[in-house]
Amino acid sequence: MIAHAIFFYVFSVIAVVSAIMVTVSKNTVHSVFFLILDFISISCLFIMIGAEFLGMIMLIVYVGAVAVLFLFVVMMLNVAQQKNQWFVSKDSSRHIPIGLLISVIIFFELIIVIGGWKYKPDLFNSAKSLLENGVSNTHSLGQVLYTDYIHVFQISGMILLIAMIGAIVLTFRQREGVKKQSYLKQISRERTEGVEVLEVASNKGVKIDD
Amino acid sequence: MEYLNIIFQESYKILFLLVPVLVSVAMVVWLDRRVWAFVQKRQGPNVVGPFGLLQSLADALKYIFKEIIIPASSNKVIFILAPIITMTLALIAWAVIPFGVEQVLADINVGILYIFAVSSLSVYGIIMGGWASNSKYPFLGAIRSAAQMVSYEVSIGIIIINVLLCVGSLNLNDIVIAQKEMWFVIPLFPMFVIFFISALAETNRPPFDLPEAEAELVAGYQTEYSGMMYAMFWLGEYANILLMCALGSILFLGGWLSPIDLYPFNLIPGALWLIFKILFLFILFALVKAIVPRYRYDQLMRLGWKIFLPLSLTYVVLTASYLFYFNLLPTI
Repeated sequence: MIAHAIFFYVFSVIAVVSAIMVTVSKNTVHSVFFLILDFISISCLFIMIGAEFLGMIMLIVYVGAVAVLFLFVVMMLNVAQQKNQWFVSKDSSRHIPIGLLISVIIFFELIIVIGGWKYKPDLFNSAKSLLENGVSNTHSLGQVLYTDYIHVFQISGMILLIAMIGAIVLTFRQREGVKKQSYLKQISRERTEGVEVLEVASNKGVKIDD
Repeated sequence: MEYLNIIFQESYKILFLLVPVLVSVAMVVWLDRRVWAFVQKRQGPNVVGPFGLLQSLADALKYIFKEIIIPASSNKVIFILAPIITMTLALIAWAVIPFGVEQVLADINVGILYIFAVSSLSVYGIIMGGWASNSKYPFLGAIRSAAQMVSYEVSIGIIIINVLLCVGSLNLNDIVIAQKEMWFVIPLFPMFVIFFISALAETNRPPFDLPEAEAELVAGYQTEYSGMMYAMFWLGEYANILLMCALGSILFLGGWLSPIDLYPFNLIPGALWLIFKILFLFILFALVKAIVPRYRYDQLMRLGWKIFLPLSLTYVVLTASYLFYFNLLPTI
C-alpha cells in the first residue's frame, strides 16, 4: 500500500501544480502544455482507483484530440502577447472579478457534489458493487450505459451531434470565386478531350484559349 | 525489500524488451532502405558489415558524435523535450504487445485502448518540435501533422471498434486468441486495407509524409534538429512504424498464432510468428514508400474524412448487424 500511496501523492501533486501553472504561466502555449500534463496525471489517478477505461478514454479524447486542437488554435492565433497585455495594462482588473466569481461558484458546486457523495452512502456503495461480479470495468460500464441509462446516453449523443452541426453551420460560409477541383472530372478526363491535333497553316498559327 | 525485488524484476523484463526493440529498429531502417533501393534497381547500403547490416549502427555513431545545435530563438526546454517525448512514446507502447500467452510485460484489460492512446499522444513530439523551433518550415510541418494524425486516428479508432465487436474484450491477448479459428483479415479484409493506409498516414510515412515533405518544407518539423536529437526523432518514427505493424498483425493477422495449427508449424514459438508478421507488414510499408508518389494535402484530408470515415462506420454497422443476426456476438 505504501507504493500505492507514494504514486497517488506524486500524481496528485503533479496534477495540482500543473493546474496552477496553467493559470500562472505567461506563455499561453506553455499553459496548454501544462494543461496536457494535468490531463495525463489525472488519467493516471483514474487508473489508480481502478477506472482504467475512464483513464484511457481521458487520454484519447482530451489529450489526443481536444488538447491538440487547443494547441493548434493557441499557436496559430499567437494569443501569448494578448494574455501578457491583460496582465500588464490597466484594464486587467476587469477580468479578475469575473474570474473570481466563476471560480467561487465552481468551488461551491464541487463542495456540494462531494458533500452529496459523503452524506449519501448508498451512492458510494452502488459505485463499488458493479465491479464485484468478476467482469471488467469496461464491460460493467457498457452494461450500465446501454441498459439503465440508454435514453440519457442517446440524448447526450444527439446533443453533441447537434452542437457539432451547429458549429459547422455557424462557421461555414460559401465563398465566391474559389477554384475547386472535382476529382471525378480529373479522373474521367480522357485523351480525346484533352488533346487536339490541328493542321497548322504556316504563318497563320493557331488561336488557343478562346 | 519486497518492493526492491519487484522493481528489479520488472526493470530486468523491460530491458529485455527494449533492447531488442531498439536493435530491431536499427535493423529495420536498413531493411527499409534496401527494399526501397531494390525497387528502384539500386543496391542500397551494402558496404558496412555483411550485406550492409551494420549501416544503421554506423549512422547512429555518426549522429552521436555530431554537434547538437539549438537555435538561439527557439524555446529551449520544449525544443529539447520534443525528441525525448517522441522516443519515449514510441517505446512505452511496446509494454502491452503480447509475444505469447504469457510473454507480455503488462497484460492489462484495456491494452488496445492503451496503444491507441499512446499513438494518439505521439503527435505531441512533432507539434512541440515544430513550434519550439520558432521557424516557418517546422511550424508548417507541425500543423500539417497535427491535422493529419488527428484525422486518421478517427478512422483507426473505428476500425478497432470493428475488431472489438468480434472479440468482446479490450485485452490484446484475448484479441489474438479470438482469431484461433479464423484470422480477422478474412472477414474484415476491407478494414485491414483501410487500417494499413491509415497506419501509413498515422506514422507520417510516404505517400503521406507531408509533415516532412522535403520538396516544400525542407524537412518539416525536423528542419532545425541536428545530431542525436534528430536521430531520436528518426528512431522514434521507426519504432512507431514497427508498433503500427505489430498492432496490425495483432488485430488482423492473428498475432502470435501460427497460420496452420499443425505439427511442424506448432514448434515455432509464437514470438517468432509475430516477428514474421511484423516484418511482412513492414516490407509492405517499405514497398509503398518506394512505389507510390506523395499525396497532395487536400487529397489526404479528403481521403481521411470523406472516404475512410464513412466506409469504416458503415462496416461497423454491417459487422454489428451480421453478428447480431446470426447470434455470433461474443459473450462475457
